[in-house]
Amino acid sequence: TPSPDLLMARSFGDKDLILPNGGTPAGTSSPASSSSLLNRLQLDDDIDGETRDLFVIVDDPKKHVCTMETYITYRITTKSTRVEFDLPEYSVRRRYQDFDWLRSKLEESQPTHLIPPLPEKFVVKGVVDRFSEEFVETRRKALDKFLKRITDHPVLSFNEHFNVFLTAKDLNAYKKQGIALLTRMGESVKHVTGGYKLRTRPLEFAAIGDYLDTFALKLGTIDRIAQRIIKEEIEYLVELREYGPVYSTWSTLEGELAEPLEGVSACIGNCSTALEELTDDMTEDFLPVLREYILYSDSMKSVLKKRDQVQAEYEAKLEAVALRKEDRPKVPADVEKCQDRMECFNADLKADMERWQNNKRQDFRQLLMGMADKNIQYYEKCLMAWESIIPLLQEKQEAK
Amino acid sequence: MTHNNFWLKKIEISVSEAEKRTGRNAMNMQETYTAYLIETRSVEHTDGQSVLTDSLWRRYSEFELLRNYLLVYYPHIVVPPLPEKRAEFVWHKLSADNMDPDFVERRRIGLENFLLRIASHPILCRDKIFYLFLTQEGNWKETVNETGFQLKADSRLKALNATFRVKNPDKRFTDLKHYSDELQSVISHLLRVRARVADRLYGVYKVHGNYGRVFSEWSAIEKEMGDGLQSAGHHMDVYASSIDDILEDEEHYADQLKEYLFYAEALRAVCRKHELMQYDLEMAAQDLASKKQQCEELATGTVRTFSLKGMTTKLFGQETPEQREARIKVLEEQINEGEQQLKSKNLEGREFVKNAWADIERFKEQKNRDLKEALISYAVMQISMCKKGIQVWTNAKECFNKM
Repeated sequence: TPSPDLLMARSFGDKDLILPNGGTPAGTSSPASSSSLLNRLQLDDDIDGETRDLFVIVDDPKKHVCTMETYITYRITTKSTRVEFDLPEYSVRRRYQDFDWLRSKLEESQPTHLIPPLPEKFVVKGVVDRFSEEFVETRRKALDKFLKRITDHPVLSFNEHFNVFLTAKDLNAYKKQGIALLTRMGESVKHVTGGYKLRTRPLEFAAIGDYLDTFALKLGTIDRIAQRIIKEEIEYLVELREYGPVYSTWSTLEGELAEPLEGVSACIGNCSTALEELTDDMTEDFLPVLREYILYSDSMKSVLKKRDQVQAEYEAKLEAVALRKEDRPKVPADVEKCQDRMECFNADLKADMERWQNNKRQDFRQLLMGMADKNIQYYEKCLMAWESIIPLLQEKQEAK
Repeated sequence: MTHNNFWLKKIEISVSEAEKRTGRNAMNMQETYTAYLIETRSVEHTDGQSVLTDSLWRRYSEFELLRNYLLVYYPHIVVPPLPEKRAEFVWHKLSADNMDPDFVERRRIGLENFLLRIASHPILCRDKIFYLFLTQEGNWKETVNETGFQLKADSRLKALNATFRVKNPDKRFTDLKHYSDELQSVISHLLRVRARVADRLYGVYKVHGNYGRVFSEWSAIEKEMGDGLQSAGHHMDVYASSIDDILEDEEHYADQLKEYLFYAEALRAVCRKHELMQYDLEMAAQDLASKKQQCEELATGTVRTFSLKGMTTKLFGQETPEQREARIKVLEEQINEGEQQLKSKNLEGREFVKNAWADIERFKEQKNRDLKEALISYAVMQISMCKKGIQVWTNAKECFNKM
């Protein structure tokens, strides 16, 4: 049964949507009061966090060395005034596989919603050092982004598994429990395991699909360009590191020119350092975010496909009913359920897509401005270095 | 640039044009070459106006001839070098082709610089052949060759021999030779690496151009983000194309370094001349000493040194006193001559060292001035490049901000 959250959420997303007959389905508890609904509504539009009631931060990575394995845990700090949380503040430690578990659970329990992506699970050993500061920091940022996206989501942030993830002292115990029980929603949607082929995707979803395809393509190209730039910059850096010292060698041969030449050598050294900082920043901050968005759009595409499945099932059942003359004119309950499911899904998807588009715009604005900033800082460092040696070069030496 | 020369007037020299020509060479074969127009103007003191006094065309080989002549007749002078015959230390985008217009242009500037250096040299500017180079188009080559300077040139073999065998060269010249070797080595290295740096920098800038295209394509599917992306893309294109001018400017810096790379060779030539003269002197002194010894032995009858005459005397019997007298006479004449020669060689040597060292001091000052200027202009180029970079990325950032 769809969670009541969906019923509430729909009212701000799409006014034309047909509400299912009957009130709240039995067996599920109603979410909080209208005040929390208000919060959820405001949460969407609000950027400055003034009316937020849930804050999550991922920080403080720590290495754990055990007999069987070595791994990293991150501290998750949660602050909330929501009634779903017993305490106002929580602090727990989680490792990557816990995040992975959370994501699976969310996909299972909220199949009509877009779940944010996680940074890649597997890293090729030997190529990347899983315990290097840079790698851990990059991952931490991605995990933090992941949780923040869930936090920002009006439906996902109320998910039970999410709550447990943020609060439970012993997550493993809860995990074991979860294996035995499947959520009802998960079960019912899992029923739709395919075998239904959708004839035509409705125009609006086809447009979303096309957009995502092109978007992923363009992102892929940008990723390749960015990587190529970093590669060229590193090769440039290698040459610079040989170039600078030659001026130094030359200065040892000279008298009056010794200081100026040494100055130029030092200057080139400073520029080399600045360049190294630029390439490190781009590798750590720019590329991972770009890649994550490609994963994000892939997630959205698979949600689209699931939606297609639901629609296909509905249409198939509707057709089947049309052929069975005896049920006319009353539409059987299970077909109605299908229609419900489909309409829920459509609404959720559209709402999520809109939210995703907005976030994407913010995220890319920030990402690209960041890229511009880093380049500006690089040039400013070099400028300062060269401007500072002009007086040295112009200095007239006293007759020796 | 105006300079004094023995016309006692200020003159301006410029190599103003370069032209492709075809003609027949010494072996009567068709060839293509570049000719350069040399214009000389004299500047009237009174109104500062310059009047074109001479204008003629010369090709590179004639410049080479002039320089070779100067090397022979002024061995104590650090003779200004010519720009390179073939393009070296090129980074990939530049053509290594001698006919390439950029190369020809840079060579034109180099040749002008060569003439200006000579014209501003206190001694070289007075040379008649140099004067004729600027003023007499026809027959100049014949005139140079008639001086017979090729015959006066020291053979390379002789010079090499002297280098290895000289015993007491002036330490200053030994040090200077060492310095010029090191200078040549370090500037070569610098130019090689600089070319590689230029190559890489070119790559970095050009790849950014790809952003222009992809941002444009991406903006087509976006609503609010579209404009910002599109205009940012345009700035990326500007960034990518800015590198061409930047690296063009840097070539001038490379040319300034190259001149001093070739100057190192000129320095070495002066040192070699000193070694040659010193070696000559040492040989002459040695020869004189041995003749004196021979003479003494003959006179006193003692044989201290091994001589063929001594051997044959032992084998075939002693010579007559008349014969001995005759030999002593010959030796005494030779000794006299030898002493005169040694005296003049000594004098020559000292003159050479004095004059050469004076020019070397002049050269050192010039070198320090010029290279400082070159480094300053290089720094200025880098500053300009940084400022352009900041501008472009700031513009792009503003576009991203509007997304």
